Amino acid sequence: MLKIKNLSVKTNNIEILNNLNLHIKAGEIHVIMGTNGSGKSTLAKTIVGHPQFKASKGEILFEGQNILKLAPDKRARLGIFLSFQYPTEIPGVNNASFLRMAYNTHQKSQGHPALDPLEFEDLLQNKLKIANISEKYLDRAVNAGFSGGEKKKNEILQMAVLEPKLAILDEIDSGLDIDALKSVANSVNSLKNKNNAIILITHYQRILNYIKPDYVHVIHKGQIIKSGDKTLAHKLEKKGYEWLITNP
Amino acid sequence: MKKQNIKNIANQKYKFGFKTDIESYIFKKGLNEKIITQISKNKNEPPYMLEFRLKAFKHWLTMPEPRWSCTTYPEIDFQDIHYYSAPKTNPKKENLNKIDPKLKKTYDKLGIPLLEQKKLEGIAVDAIFDSVSVATTYKAQLMEYGVIFCPISEAIQKYPDLIKKYLGAIVPYTDNFYAALNAAVFTDGSFVYIPENTICPMDLSSYFRINTEKTGQFERTLIICEKNSQVNYLEGCTAPKFDTNQLHAATVELVALDNASIKYSTVQNWFAGDPETGKGGIYNFVTKRGLCQGKKSKISWTQVETGSAITWKYPSCILKGDDSIGEFYSVALTNHHQQADTGTKMIHLGKNTKSTIISIGISVGKAVNAYRGEVKISKAATNARNYTQCDSMLMGDQCDAYTFPIIEVNNASATVEHEATTSKISEDQLFYFQQRGIDTEQAVSAIINGFCEEVFKKLPPEFSVEATKLLGLKLENSVG
Repeated sequence: MLKIKNLSVKTNNIEILNNLNLHIKAGEIHVIMGTNGSGKSTLAKTIVGHPQFKASKGEILFEGQNILKLAPDKRARLGIFLSFQYPTEIPGVNNASFLRMAYNTHQKSQGHPALDPLEFEDLLQNKLKIANISEKYLDRAVNAGFSGGEKKKNEILQMAVLEPKLAILDEIDSGLDIDALKSVANSVNSLKNKNNAIILITHYQRILNYIKPDYVHVIHKGQIIKSGDKTLAHKLEKKGYEWLITNP
Repeated sequence: MKKQNIKNIANQKYKFGFKTDIESYIFKKGLNEKIITQISKNKNEPPYMLEFRLKAFKHWLTMPEPRWSCTTYPEIDFQDIHYYSAPKTNPKKENLNKIDPKLKKTYDKLGIPLLEQKKLEGIAVDAIFDSVSVATTYKAQLMEYGVIFCPISEAIQKYPDLIKKYLGAIVPYTDNFYAALNAAVFTDGSFVYIPENTICPMDLSSYFRINTEKTGQFERTLIICEKNSQVNYLEGCTAPKFDTNQLHAATVELVALDNASIKYSTVQNWFAGDPETGKGGIYNFVTKRGLCQGKKSKISWTQVETGSAITWKYPSCILKGDDSIGEFYSVALTNHHQQADTGTKMIHLGKNTKSTIISIGISVGKAVNAYRGEVKISKAATNARNYTQCDSMLMGDQCDAYTFPIIEVNNASATVEHEATTSKISEDQLFYFQQRGIDTEQAVSAIINGFCEEVFKKLPPEFSVEATKLLGLKLENSVG
């Protein structure tokens, strides 16, 4: 599904990603771990086309198509979704309308009819359950005044509505208490199937108590320095990143 | 990336920028007593009107051009303007079927059919082309209800008592520079009289079109609403694209007597000048004021300002009657090189008077947008209340927003609230939309519509649709 080949990314002339390679198949969950500033979020933002992060080298193939030249909204409509580490507040824009607007642009690009507000409300009922978020958040402005946990659940709600092929979850676990963490992990598990893939970016092993990854990668100085299964995450938790950086 | 995404403003289309090729009778440029006398003569005015004009002119000559607003433009040469232009072929036709086809076509193109057809049922139109009213629809039907809806030039001849009583009573020619100029040279505009105990059976509207280059349009509108009566009035404006600036200096006066209610809505879409260079466009210098003379009377101004190179306009209410209500709802969008200095005055004189001001300013590109407002509670205005909310939104890093609220309270029983916010459409917000598959244009319009919702809800439904569309059009290509 996703092939990243020799990807290098510079911002303000500083190389953040350096010859990074990653290969993800449908049905897989990949965890990306690493210290602050190692390049985790840059990787996520480069995949979705954030204008601040431009590839200086390499390519990103999504279902065989090089997406590096595509605008972010086009990439999104291909089925690439990013759950933001810090979801932006959008005052004045109603959350339910925003979800419908997003849903309908995807429908349109796939040649499906748009849903009117009533039809969409039916669709939302089930999605609210998956994301375990109260209906009352639909009537508020997007993320405006939401707590950290509510914002993350709202990201998951959007993921549930858009059903992306590839979902990149950037620190979906940060700032969550244990109940919210469980809830978010459960939502992610119920959205997972054999046709989609997930990249989970995290600092901590604890979310892996609930989400079972197929691969764990450790990123350091813009490169994947170690890949393994979930036991790698356990080791890291015990020994710290320093162990890996000094003994790659 | 910021520069590329937001600043990059491409050509936006102004779809009303065409010029009608019609032979016109145009005064030679210049302004003097002779020209004014000639205007009055062309309009067949009684002597009292010429007297009024000449007095105003003499006063105008003593006044300096005001420069206190937040706008910059070169000095205006008032001798370099045509003060009268009228299509030659069309002395006003009472029979709408006999209107010059070219004029009819012009208004069709503007979406204002001049026929009393089913489609437009519910709205009567007074169409003003340069200096003259070329058609007024549903006049006869309205007259059955005692409602007078006609060009002001006609009212001056037919209803001198009403004109003498009210014209210049709310906005005297001494009020300001442009009010004095307008009083001296106004050519046409609409006159509305709603008799006692009458709810006007249809919405009334005027449509202003400036066609001839270097012509000033000096419209004068007077609306009188007698006791227990109501009227909704809508105003629309467009002009062709010219490289030179055109001056539109209007005066609008409203009077509401006991328990009367006037709702005046404007969707202003004059040509704003070249998006790239800022050349051309309309200077819209307008004095609008309503007098809530009677008890429990109400005047409500709603405006959507999207056009004009420069807007200078403060629709105001004088709340003289006890328990009277004044409202001002405004959305001003400036893009490219546009400048707007707009707001309102709420002058509380009567007891228990209430006013509400909701002003939304949106600045895009290199535009300037200023809110200027005055809330004055006089000594006698016991228990007066005002609520003001002033929100500005900025897009990009080259535009400006200013707020100049003046609050003067002379009675301790008053309640005056003022809230203001300034926000920015950030790159992060746009990216968030994009990441969900929504393109930036749709994103910007969603954010701005959300921002303007409160004002749009107050617009008459058909205007609300128009305003939403207009904002969308104005923002087209304003993000890269």
